[in-house]
Amino acid sequence: MKQRAAGALRAAAIPALAVVTGLMAGAVIVVVTDVEVIRAWSSFGSHPGGALAATWRSVARAYGALFEGSLGSAYAISESLVTTTPYILAGLAVALGFRAGLFNIGAEGQLFMGALASVWVGYSVKGLSPWLHLPLALAAGAAAGAIWGAIPGYLKARTGAHEVVNTIMMNYIAFRLSDWLLNGPMKRPGPGGTPGYVPISPEVLPSAYLPRLFEPPLRFHAGFFLALAVAVVVWWLLWRTPLGFEMRSVGANPQAARTAGMSVRKVYVVAMGMSGALAGLAGANQVLGVDRWVGQGFSPGYGFDSIALALLGGSHPAGVVLASLLFGTLRSGATRMQSAAGIPIDIITILQALILAFVAAPALVRAIYRLKKAAPTAGPVLTRGWGK
Amino acid sequence: MIRRFRPFDGTGAGAATLAAGPSARVQVRRGLGPGLVGFLLALAIVILFGLSTPFGEVSTFGLNPGGHVPAIVLPDLVVPSALGIYLMAFVAGAIGAAYLSAPRVKAGATIGISVAALTLAFLIWAVQGQSLNLLGMLKSTLLRATPIALGAMSGVLCERSGVINIGIEGMMLTAALAAVVAASATSNLYLGLLAAILSGGLLALVHAVLSIKYRVDQIVSGTVINILATGVTSYLSARFLEKYMWLNNSGTLPVWSVPGLSDIPIVGPILFENTLIVYLMLLLVIGIQVMLFSSRFGLRVRAVGEHPRAADTLGINVWRTRYLSVLLGGMVAGIGGAYFSIGSAGRFDEVMTAGRGFIGLAAMIFGNWTPAGAFASSLIFGFADSLQIRMQILQTPIPSEFLLMAPYVATIVALSGVVGRVTPPAADGQPYEK
Repeated sequence: MKQRAAGALRAAAIPALAVVTGLMAGAVIVVVTDVEVIRAWSSFGSHPGGALAATWRSVARAYGALFEGSLGSAYAISESLVTTTPYILAGLAVALGFRAGLFNIGAEGQLFMGALASVWVGYSVKGLSPWLHLPLALAAGAAAGAIWGAIPGYLKARTGAHEVVNTIMMNYIAFRLSDWLLNGPMKRPGPGGTPGYVPISPEVLPSAYLPRLFEPPLRFHAGFFLALAVAVVVWWLLWRTPLGFEMRSVGANPQAARTAGMSVRKVYVVAMGMSGALAGLAGANQVLGVDRWVGQGFSPGYGFDSIALALLGGSHPAGVVLASLLFGTLRSGATRMQSAAGIPIDIITILQALILAFVAAPALVRAIYRLKKAAPTAGPVLTRGWGK
Repeated sequence: MIRRFRPFDGTGAGAATLAAGPSARVQVRRGLGPGLVGFLLALAIVILFGLSTPFGEVSTFGLNPGGHVPAIVLPDLVVPSALGIYLMAFVAGAIGAAYLSAPRVKAGATIGISVAALTLAFLIWAVQGQSLNLLGMLKSTLLRATPIALGAMSGVLCERSGVINIGIEGMMLTAALAAVVAASATSNLYLGLLAAILSGGLLALVHAVLSIKYRVDQIVSGTVINILATGVTSYLSARFLEKYMWLNNSGTLPVWSVPGLSDIPIVGPILFENTLIVYLMLLLVIGIQVMLFSSRFGLRVRAVGEHPRAADTLGINVWRTRYLSVLLGGMVAGIGGAYFSIGSAGRFDEVMTAGRGFIGLAAMIFGNWTPAGAFASSLIFGFADSLQIRMQILQTPIPSEFLLMAPYVATIVALSGVVGRVTPPAADGQPYEK
């Protein structure tokens, strides 16, 4: 037990250092792009103190707002957890793919399809009890995502076409399809039954709501616990079932798995389908719990962020949950940073890329902190060229 | 039997089947698929377009450039609509029949010709009773193919040396911003182009260091670059460009007409009346093709991408070759990025590359990792892109979203090996360790 704890600690060292390094780099970016700081430094010769003070002010204002917006109040905490929820599900989607040796860049498109399907069930199926309607809407979202993910999985199994490019293409197809749906068949009618102007879907009926647990304006909803439960299920699936064993074997070494009599093709289709289902569930969760309708570009890139989450979390469900909590907190804090300190919310995207780079290049982190070379760990093997 | 393509499988499983016996050989050599595709498309042309076109209607295609009057004015091409459509149906059916009966007709050519017939029939159908400037459409095909082809050239350079580069999209996006800012700040569009090339090269250097030195999974490294580029460009444009708008107002590169050559009918206005970026693209396609396949450096790049250990044994510096190829690739992607801002829009908008880098990657795969093939594929994507815009003007009943989807669907179809087998460089994606 003690050994296991030490192992987990060692496994967490690089991601933790990556996050710290990323945050520091983020501070540097905030400072060097702050016009006041640049001005103060240009008169460094006459007012050295002023330059340093301006630098400190800039960092303190930015990160102060970040903290305030993420953990500073009940509302802030609720918003952080609301953002965490789709992150957990989408992160699990990419992580599950990684474990089977598949790189699913299509989580965003799968999420869109899931959201559209669950919204459609949410507003068009009428007169059901919440006990039936909500699960049905969630299932529709998962199913739509599963189909969207299984197509590239099938193509990889059947023809060897690489899932990275195909999932990216499926993303663009999903965006166009959702544009068309929201401007056509799923467009919300305007007053008096005239065609509406805005490309948004009708509102989900209350019987399909994921219930909110506190009084407004707190938006924290039951979907958070659903996401945690799904994380447990994914863990159980991967490490406690024969199918999970097959997936991990194929992910570690497809040739060996094939020799052992496993159907690599089946695993590709099933794993991509499940990955898509998780991403679709993320979309369903978001619209049934928070937005309750779908508009054009409703996701601020949850699906794209999920790649970083899965890598940061070591493709382990527990790691993904922790990484999602971190990114959920950062993203909701960044909203406040934008409004209070005037720092564009895109700083979060930069932080993600930096953290991702550091996580992916442990040697780089070790070089920065002069750490000893660690024993090789058995993480999931990622892609090997264009699909071998 | 349905023919099974194994596009990315270098194990030679096909050869094993070939050796299995005469009956297996016949099955492997020819399936019915491409022939059936020809017939099905012929049927589709008749049902979708032929039946809804009355005889007596004509489709008019203009062959002269808009704007300045050319030296030789060509008459419009007037096609009797229904007749043209049925002719196209006949072409698609005939090539299908030819495939099934003649052993030499290739699957790729069969599908290519029947799809082309479908496209032409669609054009004639959509234009009936109206007119379309065909020359303008071909010109915009080349223009819209330009960033895709440059992305594909970037991919060819990197991947021929064994480094996958899915960060092309990010390199282009960053270069688009760098170009517009440098050009606006210095009031010199050529300095903007230089900034684009340098910023593309800088990001490529990041990719090279991560994937060659730190042996980061190349797809992860490319993803890092894409995320970083999206973040940095959006951050900088929100922080600075919205406040200092003069920084985001560069104007566009002028169109240069090549004297004499631009007066050639049809070819002249398309090829010899363009901006610098289009000319650069055309030169790079030729240059990289020659460089890769007939120069010593190109031979080395390919050797490193196919079998780095063997190349190393022969004294080729694997790392240096890869660094150089990736850097050159990044610079080419930078030119592609400049197309978006100083080449056409004159300003920078968030995520303005809109997936063109990825399409370029698909064009590279479609073109079997050769510059000429990748350029041809880029033209197909460019054509789909420019067709889509014209269809909105012609008000066909097909929603524009579906036409916008076409390039992506085409990419998936192409990747899945429907047209033929593609083979990536053998060491593509594998870090080299001594």
